[in-house]
Amino acid sequence: MKKTGKIFSVVMASALAVSMLAGCGASQQGGSDTFKIGAIGPLTGGAAAYGNAVVNGAQIAVDEINEAGGINGYKIEYKTEDDELNAEKSVNAYNTLKDWGMQLLVGSTTSACSIAVSENTKNDNMFQLTPSGSAEECVKYDNVFRVCFSDPNQGIASAQYINDHNLATKVGIIYDNSDVYSSGIYQKFVEESEGKNYEVVSAEAYTQDNNTDFSVQLQKAKDAGADLVFLPIYYSDASLILTQANTMGYAPTFFGVDGMDGILTVENFDTSLAEGLMLLTPFAADATDELTVNFVKKYNEKYGETPNQFAADAYDAVYIIKAAIEKAGVTPASSVSEICDAVKGAMVQIEASGLTSSKMTWSASGEPNKEPKAVVIQNGVYVSAE
Amino acid sequence: MSFLTYLINGLSLGSIYAIIALGYTMVYGIAKMLNFAHGDFIMVGCYIIFSVSAALSGNSVVGIIVAIILCTLLGVTTEFVAYRPLRGAASPLAVLITAIGVSYLLENIALLIYGADIKSFTSVINWEGVSFAGGQLKIQGVTIVTILVSVVILIVLQLFINKTKQGQAMLAASEDKAAAALMGIDVNKTIALTFAIGSALAAVAGALLCSAYPSLSPYTGAMPGIKAFVAAVLGGIGSIPGAMIGGLVLGIVEILSKTYISSQLSDAIVFGILVIVLLVKPTGILGKKVQEKV
Repeated sequence: MKKTGKIFSVVMASALAVSMLAGCGASQQGGSDTFKIGAIGPLTGGAAAYGNAVVNGAQIAVDEINEAGGINGYKIEYKTEDDELNAEKSVNAYNTLKDWGMQLLVGSTTSACSIAVSENTKNDNMFQLTPSGSAEECVKYDNVFRVCFSDPNQGIASAQYINDHNLATKVGIIYDNSDVYSSGIYQKFVEESEGKNYEVVSAEAYTQDNNTDFSVQLQKAKDAGADLVFLPIYYSDASLILTQANTMGYAPTFFGVDGMDGILTVENFDTSLAEGLMLLTPFAADATDELTVNFVKKYNEKYGETPNQFAADAYDAVYIIKAAIEKAGVTPASSVSEICDAVKGAMVQIEASGLTSSKMTWSASGEPNKEPKAVVIQNGVYVSAE
Repeated sequence: MSFLTYLINGLSLGSIYAIIALGYTMVYGIAKMLNFAHGDFIMVGCYIIFSVSAALSGNSVVGIIVAIILCTLLGVTTEFVAYRPLRGAASPLAVLITAIGVSYLLENIALLIYGADIKSFTSVINWEGVSFAGGQLKIQGVTIVTILVSVVILIVLQLFINKTKQGQAMLAASEDKAAAALMGIDVNKTIALTFAIGSALAAVAGALLCSAYPSLSPYTGAMPGIKAFVAAVLGGIGSIPGAMIGGLVLGIVEILSKTYISSQLSDAIVFGILVIVLLVKPTGILGKKVQEKV
């Protein structure tokens, strides 16, 4: 019994040694001249629109970079996996990509999946850049960064935008107190509003149990003279607010965040009520700068649709990785962990430019710092507010 | 002036609660059972109006008529399939739990058919309403119509119950089913009729609820249903004028506490008032105390 155990362990040890050697060989042969970047997102199911936008947007950036000669002369190999909007499947997708030899991860697309994957990237010390995971916990580990604003930071960005563009003198707020997304943005907005060129004159809450009648909240904003009403809420409640404001003859500027995206898709909604509504979004497909025009054209040719903000975030993510690798000066021959440490260090030094902002920097916490962008609804479509 | 505005807002909300509460209290008063699925009958009515109006390019009158007919059928069928077999059950809890089950069943069927996305409902009332004091005070058309419709329903129901044979049969059945049956009243038919009326009222309430708050989802009826139940209890459950008064009081209290106390605490205050009223007067504002005979 003892003998068999010994033999067994010798066999195991040699097998391990061989496999380690094989691993080395593989990374020197196949991996040394390409960076292997993986992307994860829900490619099927209800959120497929988000996941496909991410992998397609990243694909366009990868193709462009490879055409232009790669990163420091090294081409990118790119592979995607489906997580079906399921945290466990997202971890499986991550493991599949790791087996393939992934060195850097763009993903996952959604917050819950991104958080689940970050537990593993943390253990493996793999660099992770989520294009669109906006929950605060997405970047709780120091190897994870994001392209989009975090949920609460949209409050800061909105306050800055309203200030910088002189949109209002008096601001009313209506927010959902029973929702962490909405109340988080509200708190940050109020904090950031200190010392801005407008004044918060009313802040009224509602809850999911009480989300049909907004007459009081609107009346209070109106009585306080608010010329802009900030709505850090989802579009389903917002559509009712717009209808009721119209009924009572109150027409301030309404300003929403990414939860407002979708208001034009509400079935049977009178979109004329949303005319002039502004919302914070990192990307407007109709913007006229060269970068956007090019991207929208390529995306349309390749995938037959107009890209959304997820595609833009992912496109930027690949370029951000490129900039960080160039800054760090790592090569594909380095281990996953070496690449992660170097790129992590470079992230806080680089200043990237892309579709979602012309100037993005990062803090070590993983949060981006960039100029907020907004769109306004005109004639039933989003138009860049710049 | 602003107080009057808020009071009018409270009146519009209260009128909606009142019209839903009428259906609740009607069924409770006669059948002595709480139909917790009442709010979901309203939701079904709204979806029927929505679909029919869309199919007929915006003809909401036909939509309302179809909704009233289908909701009546739904109510009678539900009563026959889910409630009647349990009427003799040892515990009155059985039928209460079944009603909650029916409520979830309807919500989930709506979820399957229409999805969770909200739909914007086109108001069935194309009347702006009236303005006073140079436009500063405005009562919406839907509020006036809702109050008028509630009052008409109130009067018709009172006349029906007190002056017609079927109405008398209902009263008899509500007091003592066994004795009513001995007097030659078909209790099953009478209770089915009660459900038919209650469900038809749900369709009417649905049309007005969604005209006032034009957002339709599978859960549209749930919260207004619970609030209307509170209104019915506040007014004295089983009392038809009580439902009307309870609804209006609830709406006004809710809006005024949102305005002058806190928009977050309004529900807590509303339900707190319910507790106090029930402590002081357990039968509600207009509820009659019935002596139980042993």
